Amino acid sequence: MAGKAAFFDVDGTLVRTNIVHAFAYYAMNEGSLRATALRTAATAVTSPLLWGLDKLSRKGFNHFFYGYYRGMSEDRLRLLAADLFDDVLRDALYPGALDLIAEARRASCRLVLVTGALDFTMEPLRRHLGADDLIANRMQFANGVATGRVVPPIVEGAHKAKAIRDYCVRHDLALDQSFAYSDSASDYPMLALVGRPTAVNPDLRLRSLARSYEWPILDVR
Amino acid sequence: MATPKPALPSLRSLAKRALRPQSRPPREEEELVVTIDRDSAPRVLFFGEDLWLCDLPVGTRVVYPRRPMAAAPNPKATIRWALNHPEGSDPFHAKLRPGMKVTIALDDISLPLPPMRTPDVRQLVLEIVLEQLADAGVDDVHLVIANSLHRRMTPGEMRRMVGDRIFEAFYPERYYNHDAEDPDGIVELEKTSHGELVAVNRRAAESDLLVYVNLNLVPMDGGHKSVGVGLCNYASLRAHHTPHTIRDSHGYMDPAKSALHRSTDRIGRVIDQNLDVFHIETVVNNRMFDGPLAFLGKNEDRYGEFDRLKLEAMRHTLAKLPRAAKRKIFHSVPAGYELVAAYAGATEPCHEKTLATTFQQYLVPVHGQSDVVIAGIPYISPYNVNSILNPLLVQVMGLGYLFNLFRGEPLVKKGGTIILTHPCPDEFDPEHHPSYIEFFHRLLPETRDAVELHRKYEREFAENPSYVHLYRKGNAYHGAHPFFMWYWGENGRQHVGRVIVAGAENTHVPALLGWEHAETLDDAIEMARGYHGRSASITLFHSPPILMAEVTA
Repeated sequence: MAGKAAFFDVDGTLVRTNIVHAFAYYAMNEGSLRATALRTAATAVTSPLLWGLDKLSRKGFNHFFYGYYRGMSEDRLRLLAADLFDDVLRDALYPGALDLIAEARRASCRLVLVTGALDFTMEPLRRHLGADDLIANRMQFANGVATGRVVPPIVEGAHKAKAIRDYCVRHDLALDQSFAYSDSASDYPMLALVGRPTAVNPDLRLRSLARSYEWPILDVR
Repeated sequence: MATPKPALPSLRSLAKRALRPQSRPPREEEELVVTIDRDSAPRVLFFGEDLWLCDLPVGTRVVYPRRPMAAAPNPKATIRWALNHPEGSDPFHAKLRPGMKVTIALDDISLPLPPMRTPDVRQLVLEIVLEQLADAGVDDVHLVIANSLHRRMTPGEMRRMVGDRIFEAFYPERYYNHDAEDPDGIVELEKTSHGELVAVNRRAAESDLLVYVNLNLVPMDGGHKSVGVGLCNYASLRAHHTPHTIRDSHGYMDPAKSALHRSTDRIGRVIDQNLDVFHIETVVNNRMFDGPLAFLGKNEDRYGEFDRLKLEAMRHTLAKLPRAAKRKIFHSVPAGYELVAAYAGATEPCHEKTLATTFQQYLVPVHGQSDVVIAGIPYISPYNVNSILNPLLVQVMGLGYLFNLFRGEPLVKKGGTIILTHPCPDEFDPEHHPSYIEFFHRLLPETRDAVELHRKYEREFAENPSYVHLYRKGNAYHGAHPFFMWYWGENGRQHVGRVIVAGAENTHVPALLGWEHAETLDDAIEMARGYHGRSASITLFHSPPILMAEVTA
């Protein structure tokens, strides 16, 4: 008999931070005062654009936003990722997130984090939560330096659903017996794909969708 | 010759008379079962959050509840008497020693219905028990709500149940809901002789003394079921909350003939062998409606002008309000239940006395079964206090509770018809009943076979992490609870030939429940007569307030 999995979106679902927080942390710890100032200022100036882009298209937002990473050193990013977890992510975990993960584990689910964040940022969190796998965006590096482009297809929206489908095929998991958890209506494709979708700390649109489709609604904050 | 003075009754006998339940005078017996004739008044039936006024066919038998038993004149004295004169146990104070660890388990909000006017009986018991514990130097005391797989009570509900003073002193560290899904919070004891798993709340199991404060509303409650069900986990509950157990129960309001109770008794005996349990069982009367609503417990032929005026005013007002507002109004009116008796001590001898008093309040002698039984479904059940009576709960009220409120034989004949009055809206509370929604809309269209549902889906729902989380951290019933509700109707489903729901505002809810649908009560009666013939015997089960039909051939 095929097994089952629980797929968790991360930002806003398990932790209160998002990809902007992670980038801000990297930018603030660039190593030189000038580089820190430049990246921080550039992010601040374009923040209204980022906000608008996120509302318009999550895919466009991710594509544009990851451009900020261009020129950052791979070694330093990986080093900072461990610090980011210790300094920010660990404390940003919602109080009920660990319970939810434990309950999914007790239900014999394979635990998978599915996120639009970058893989090296999420890896320490995956280990901390004891998740079996991580589906995340991967930054392209050339000669040890970030190009600002992620390996396509970018993990968001419809592609999260495709990644989950492919994952279930690879691991002989039953989609209709599997669970998915997200806080955002942008993850509708992933939630609609599995047999057991759940809205977690949902935004207004997702709350409305969850009510319409009679999906359970959790609050782990 | 001087007339000798009558001997004065002893103080002890006076006290006994004041504290023990009083039986009702026999003059009411003739009023309990009446037959409709041409001059009879129309009868009032609950229709969810509305009241229906119905003319019943001549010859219809109407069974009424008994009048409320007399309240104990001094409830606290009654409770103290019970603690000092327990059944099969040392007095409560004699069981205490300084420094001991005590857990007090309490029945949850499912009892009584609706919640009683404050102070709740549990508050009265706690005030006495906590005082005695403090006097004995017992400080390590926790209050645990024995909610089993029911939803957690909210802080507001918990405060209301025990009063401000106790709530402020104990909540939240020492006054909390039992968590049947806490992996570290449950202890497994040895299995029963029948292989049933016995699991108990860890704090209770590791206490020197477990005190169970019960509020006994119906004979199904209390006894071994209190600890064995109230403080258990899903794995233990599955031993008896099955379609097979309910099918094997002649009626689960008559513990002597209930396979469910035989199983909980076996589990409870294992608990009693391992834990020191002291039960305090309280019995309230059936004063569900009093004050301006008291007429709802009366025979309609005895209504005065003022009663009729109140009824019409109420019906008129309810007709103008949206359902949510009506629900809010009904749920905000507490019942005037009064303590009639309290018993304490060891599980079985204590509960035996409780049951006797409960039966005294509820049993109504009825001669002969009926082809057709009519019952109004009210707005409330044990599982929707401050919430919606959803379709599964309508089902459990009709085929579960109302069907099982008998001793002897069921009121309806084998293969007979039950007519229920309820609008059956397709409406669920996603906070309290999330797993019910999936059960109703995903599983019932596939099958209504309780055994099949049990086999294929119960564990899946029980282990669903979302439902587990909502049970543990929110205020949701456990993922497996809708299954239990379906099983709860199983002996009724196996017994009756058909259920017709009169007044349903849609056809798909009755259809999913396997029921037929009629626009009006008259139409439903005509349909039933179509099955059973023009001479079919018809009985109206006039509840609430609660009654049990003691049916003899």
